Amino acid sequence: MKHLRIENLCFHDLGPLSLEVDTCECAGLVGPSGMGKSLFLRAVADMDPHTGSVFLDGRDSAALPAHEWRKKVGYLPAESAWWFDTVAEHFSEIQEDWLETLNCPREIMQREVSRISSGERQRLALLRLLMNRPQVLLLDEPTANLDAENEERVENLLEIFRKEFRPAVIWVSHNREQVRRVAHQTFLLGKKGLEKISQSRSLVRQ
Amino acid sequence: MGIITLTYPDLCIAALLVIALSLLSFPLKLDLSRQLLIAGLRTTIQLSLVGLVLKALFENVNLLWMGAVAAVMLLTAGREVMSRQKRRFAGMWGFGVGTLSMFISAFSVTFLALALIIGVKPWYEPQYAIPLLGMLIGNTMSGISIGLDRLTQMAWDQRGIIEGRLMLGQQWSEAIENVRKESIRSGLIPIINSMNVVGLVSLPGTMTGQILSGTVPVEAVKYQILIMFLVAGGTGFGTITAVWLGARHLFDERQRLRTDRLRSAK
Repeated sequence: MKHLRIENLCFHDLGPLSLEVDTCECAGLVGPSGMGKSLFLRAVADMDPHTGSVFLDGRDSAALPAHEWRKKVGYLPAESAWWFDTVAEHFSEIQEDWLETLNCPREIMQREVSRISSGERQRLALLRLLMNRPQVLLLDEPTANLDAENEERVENLLEIFRKEFRPAVIWVSHNREQVRRVAHQTFLLGKKGLEKISQSRSLVRQ
Repeated sequence: MGIITLTYPDLCIAALLVIALSLLSFPLKLDLSRQLLIAGLRTTIQLSLVGLVLKALFENVNLLWMGAVAAVMLLTAGREVMSRQKRRFAGMWGFGVGTLSMFISAFSVTFLALALIIGVKPWYEPQYAIPLLGMLIGNTMSGISIGLDRLTQMAWDQRGIIEGRLMLGQQWSEAIENVRKESIRSGLIPIINSMNVVGLVSLPGTMTGQILSGTVPVEAVKYQILIMFLVAGGTGFGTITAVWLGARHLFDERQRLRTDRLRSAK
């Protein structure tokens, strides 16, 4: 059974789109700007009204309360949101080796959100999402605006997380090189809908 | 001590003030003379009509008539609440949320005051019911319009944050908590302020009116305190109801933030 199954998803004036992503598998999603890649992820996370269904382990999203669905289906938006003063207040727990993998010093947790760099905010937003241990990761340009070193750190952390918790991942990126590195198969979201463009690397199972 | 009756010539002298002001608007190029005259005329006509309506109501104490007048007051105030919102709810909700909350709070507080506190018989005696209901609706109206305006505006401005919280698996009520709290607070602050300064800065209308009509100050003060408490209660419960209903309506059954339920700001 497929882990994440998206069937005939229609939202705004897009769709119907269907896609299956297995557990522990990463699907790259590319395509020109404005084709609705972010809207697609939002619909899967049930953030926007849509028709069609999304199944996780065979269970329809409608069968779960919305907030529980979003805990399992973690969506990382391109623009992270922060609402408390300090970083730490946004975390109920923290996994320190992950913080290390991202090369963030421990003290950063006590800093004010407005005082840390946008790159740090972006990495911490990912960490915050991973602390929920979602079964599906919807990543919207998780390394945009990061330098090469930090891009690698984010990819490393996601690889660690993927191997340990075996989530299904949909990774939106504009960087073809990155997609080739991280994705097991790649889809193009264009005018004609979703189109599989490559099977870039074989799924290594532990 | 009786009341000194005003004659029409007395009122004409006062009207000269408005006319003088509108004439002064010409050399100052305020472009307000027409508006001033129209406003003055409306004051005269509207109040005279109300006077006639009140006279008729006082002479025929009848629950149906009283209810009709109350409905007109409520619907007018509901329209006013709606028009004061920069980003109001679309459709029936724009009018409904404020009007319903005003109905719940202002009417029940007025009923409480009439039937239990003042103990008028019958409780809908217009001489008491109309001024009380008027004051409650008027004040509740401003609390509710401030609260709702703030709610919709903040929800729009902070939609990124609210959705960010939803995406992490928070419930709608948690995601909107801050916005809801701030909106209720801003709706309540004016009435708290006015309870603090009442009597020090200005004498409130009820008291002024009663003193002018010959009531001894101590009795007028008691009524004023009653009114202040009723207004505080009515405004507070009304604002809380409106902000809660409004906040709920910002989300749908799948706890999605539905900013499309708001009309865009003009």
